[in-house]
Amino acid sequence: MRYMVMHYQTQEMEDGIPPSAEQQAAIGEYMQEAAMSGVLLAGEGVASSSQGARVEVNDGKVRVIDGPFAEAKELIGGFAILEVDSLAEAVEHARKFALLVGSERVDVRRVIEFEDLQQDPQ
Amino acid sequence: MNDQSETSFRPRDELDQRLATLWRVESPRMIARLMRQLGDLDSAEEIAQDAFMAAIEKWPQDGVPDNPAAWLNTTARYLAVDRIRRRDTQRGKYHLLAASQPQVTQPNLDEIVDGDLANDLLGLIFMACHPILSPDARSALTLKLVCGLSTDDVARAFLTPTSTIAQRIVRAKRTLAAAKVRFDLPPESERAARLDAVREVIYLVFNEGYAATSGEHWIRSDLCAEALRLGRMLAALVPSDTETLGLLALIELQASRLRARIGSDGEPVLLLDQDRSRWDRLLIRRGLANIDRIEQLGGTVGPYALQAAIAACHARATVAEDTDWMRITALYDGLARISPSPVVELNRGVATAQAFGPEAGLEIVMPLFDVPSMRDYHLLYAVAGDLLCRSGAHEQAREHFLRAATMTRNNVERATMQNRAAQCAGRHS
Repeated sequence: MRYMVMHYQTQEMEDGIPPSAEQQAAIGEYMQEAAMSGVLLAGEGVASSSQGARVEVNDGKVRVIDGPFAEAKELIGGFAILEVDSLAEAVEHARKFALLVGSERVDVRRVIEFEDLQQDPQ
Repeated sequence: MNDQSETSFRPRDELDQRLATLWRVESPRMIARLMRQLGDLDSAEEIAQDAFMAAIEKWPQDGVPDNPAAWLNTTARYLAVDRIRRRDTQRGKYHLLAASQPQVTQPNLDEIVDGDLANDLLGLIFMACHPILSPDARSALTLKLVCGLSTDDVARAFLTPTSTIAQRIVRAKRTLAAAKVRFDLPPESERAARLDAVREVIYLVFNEGYAATSGEHWIRSDLCAEALRLGRMLAALVPSDTETLGLLALIELQASRLRARIGSDGEPVLLLDQDRSRWDRLLIRRGLANIDRIEQLGGTVGPYALQAAIAACHARATVAEDTDWMRITALYDGLARISPSPVVELNRGVATAQAFGPEAGLEIVMPLFDVPSMRDYHLLYAVAGDLLCRSGAHEQAREHFLRAATMTRNNVERATMQNRAAQCAGRHS
């Protein structure tokens, strides 16, 4: 089964401060380790919200708000898709990632698969 | 069965469950590292097991550490250093006894202990897939050591009793020990052949899942999943090895069709009849990206990369009609040259028929009836029936479909063949 592991960004990421050499090394080490575990399918990180926008829909009315957004720590900083046996296994990988790269929060969510959409109504 | 030398955690409670997960995630790298440090598999497994035992003792009182993986690895490292020191002391005593022996330079302990993880893992994989082991032993040992499965899990995966698998693993280890296979990366000159052996194990495991030869289901996705994990691991360890990338691309592209291969009644659905919207886009993307990477690295004409290129032709066609049969035919011609086999020839015949018409296909397929190993192969009759039918030879086609129907052991396939025979009879009269 697949899990999407999403880490929340830090204030430094939001401020556009590039990660220190140590942080970059830590991220590199983690990515290499995840790849060598054979569980990493995909992953990306995102830039500061000052380079992004938000689309809000209220009662059918669409509002586009340009970044940056307040509450930097409630914004996603990136994601990885892992192919693992269980939620517990995904959590162990997420834990390592969080500790290694100094992320304060990582959400682990199961990816919806084709079979989930085939539920028999009975 | 309770074999003390086997590490397997049976989930009794939460802690056991937790440790079982950690074993799955951490043990391959831990054992790989320990094997380089200590030199042999038995000591490596023993120390890894001891580290987990230490957790069973400590964690209930102290609580599970925030970083359990680091705790386990630190403990294993400590136990390994201790073991090496004690061995050295032993050796020191021998040196006193044999003072004439030249003194071996004391190696730097830290250097032994902290090596390159990628090389360690590669060493473990090479050992588990060692050519002196039987194919069965190789896959069992690989799933256990490199995938971190328990003996029970390996047994379940192969639908084999646990005691059989346990014996197979013990015997494999004995064979390795008897042949004095130590932890060593093979020299460059042997590297290619050893990688071939590893790829063979991975593809065997994948195929056992993809076209299960035993069990109630004819697809066993658990085995496919382990093979994919192994393939991804190997590709991460030798990222510039084009045939390994080819193998990974091949199994990811084949796995992308897994859920489209089973019809609503559990029957197999042929490639050209599959609902392509059910194909796994992420796996296709990964497969195609690896094929691009092979090109960037200068290309290869190895059998896995060629088969991957064929699988990619299918993956690129959004509807079956868009399939580039010319290219597939050319790729099969290449495959038939570098790794000829009757089954490759049969597939080449099918592709040729799609590209150049049924008669061109029959020219390749009909001689296969003279190959002894193919005479009882129902798919040969089915393919010949199809090509004969398309070339207008309905009576001959009918005979071939009927033969195919009597040969297959699968009820659904039999019904399909009988139907096709009946259709031929209708068109013949």
